[in-house]
Amino acid sequence: MKRSMAAWWFVGPALMVMGVFFFVPVLGALLMSLTDFDLYALSDWRNLRFIGFHNYVTLLQDPLFWKSLWNTLYFVVLGVPLSIGASLGAALLVNSKLGRFRSFFRTVYFAPVVTTLVAVAVVWRYIFHTRYGFLNYGLSSVGIDPIDWMGDPQWAMPAIVVMAVWKNFGYNMIILLAALQNIPEDLYEAARIDGASGWQVFRHITIPGIAPVLLLVSILTMTGYFQLFAEPYVMTEGGPLQSTLSVLYFMYEEGFKWWSLGRASAVAFLLFVLMFLVTAFQLRLGRQRGER
Amino acid sequence: MKRKGPAIIVNLLLIVGAVLTAFPLLWMLSVSFMPTGAASTYPPPLLPAEPTLENYRQLFANHNAGRYMLNSAIVASLGTLIALVLNTMAGYAFAKLRFKGRERIFQILLGALVIPAQVTMIPLFALVKEMGLISTYGGVIVPVMASVFGIFLIRQYALSLPDELLEAARIDGASEAKIFWSLVVPLLQPILVTLAILTFLATWNDFMWPLIVLTDQKLHTLPVALAGLSREHVQDNELMMAGAVITVVPVLVLFLALQRYYIAGILAGSVKG
Repeated sequence: MKRSMAAWWFVGPALMVMGVFFFVPVLGALLMSLTDFDLYALSDWRNLRFIGFHNYVTLLQDPLFWKSLWNTLYFVVLGVPLSIGASLGAALLVNSKLGRFRSFFRTVYFAPVVTTLVAVAVVWRYIFHTRYGFLNYGLSSVGIDPIDWMGDPQWAMPAIVVMAVWKNFGYNMIILLAALQNIPEDLYEAARIDGASGWQVFRHITIPGIAPVLLLVSILTMTGYFQLFAEPYVMTEGGPLQSTLSVLYFMYEEGFKWWSLGRASAVAFLLFVLMFLVTAFQLRLGRQRGER
Repeated sequence: MKRKGPAIIVNLLLIVGAVLTAFPLLWMLSVSFMPTGAASTYPPPLLPAEPTLENYRQLFANHNAGRYMLNSAIVASLGTLIALVLNTMAGYAFAKLRFKGRERIFQILLGALVIPAQVTMIPLFALVKEMGLISTYGGVIVPVMASVFGIFLIRQYALSLPDELLEAARIDGASEAKIFWSLVVPLLQPILVTLAILTFLATWNDFMWPLIVLTDQKLHTLPVALAGLSREHVQDNELMMAGAVITVVPVLVLFLALQRYYIAGILAGSVKG
């Protein structure tokens, strides 16, 4: 009995902190999204009114919300496969026995992951600079005309994707690397004896061997990418023509620029529901594949 | 010697990848030493013709960078310290102490991992305001003080501690607090370093929550200050690069020094799915 008491002293503080600063706010978000919580309510809770699903109804009729949703989906759909591809390529390279100084390269590839997003977004904004940026300079040497990366609604989001891939591929590389190293060496040996080609080995041994991890990292990356915010905040301020306005940026502006905190809570909840559905869908898809 | 061709290709690709990956950071460093305007020329210069520390001097003299750096250091250290204490105690208890509802509570915590922190941000703002913590160090660290991930990390490691050792100490009459402090904590040391560096870097790099909660400019952390500065000084590329350098270099150095522990944390975390 005494020991059980002691245990509560150990878990109590952490559970209390998480209860107050995480679980209560989650419930709070749901409740707030059903109110007209604004600046007046923030100063005096008596100004708060319950308005049912009004926030959700107006949001779903707001073209800017839809725009932010499509932008975010565009970022996810373009960014996740590119990121996973880069991670897998890097992991295969670093894992190859033919390579030298592999731990050095692993460290270099991983370095962008630990850098501060805001700082590297500032750096990339400069790299994307139409006139003085290095990217257009590099492209001009192969005969491509300068692109107004940050100013052209067509190119701003792809530019952000490029930077996100650079920033994040090292993270999944580490996880995929561990998975690659878990594939038994004799499988490769057997394939070699059977005279399998490099592609056949990759297709029938490597990919099945890392498939569960591949599913995991794509879900992790996807949920991360749905939370796009700092990149457009620093690089484009959501522009040009709102082409890089993400859902979270939209939520930030609703909440902390216009102080429609109730509406912003509804945005947060819709994003959460969307992420949840997409994750569940991916898990199901992965499971079906696995059964086959 | 038929393997020579592939070996050359692999090594070449490794080098190209490394150049592409490192280039933005190296260029950032190089441009930060260029005098104002030198980087706004075509073709873009790779190295400073006349290296200068002027940008750094300006950052600290005119733009309060010292203060922001101090804020970042305080927020990240304080957050890490509290997170270490709370998560370690809870993680150890979930692994080794028996209490009612232990498995149940742990399952609920793991389930909560699907909820992104952003969902809580707006009510959290209202809550923090009620508590009078807007624009305080305390307000910034509120979301990092205890985390499911931290508890999970410690628990997985603590599971491997031998029960006999703890039992022996109990039979010797040691209190639970003493067992924790003088037996468990030293044994957990490697994972504590992992949790510390993960929390420190995450807090140092965090942007959205500090941006929301720190309305007073004097308390801005480096990322918040840099984002604000970069909106005002869009054309001052050299100054901005210096600002990026002082934000990134501390965490990069810390990572390089404790790389092994950081990677261990990522791998442990990826098992949770």
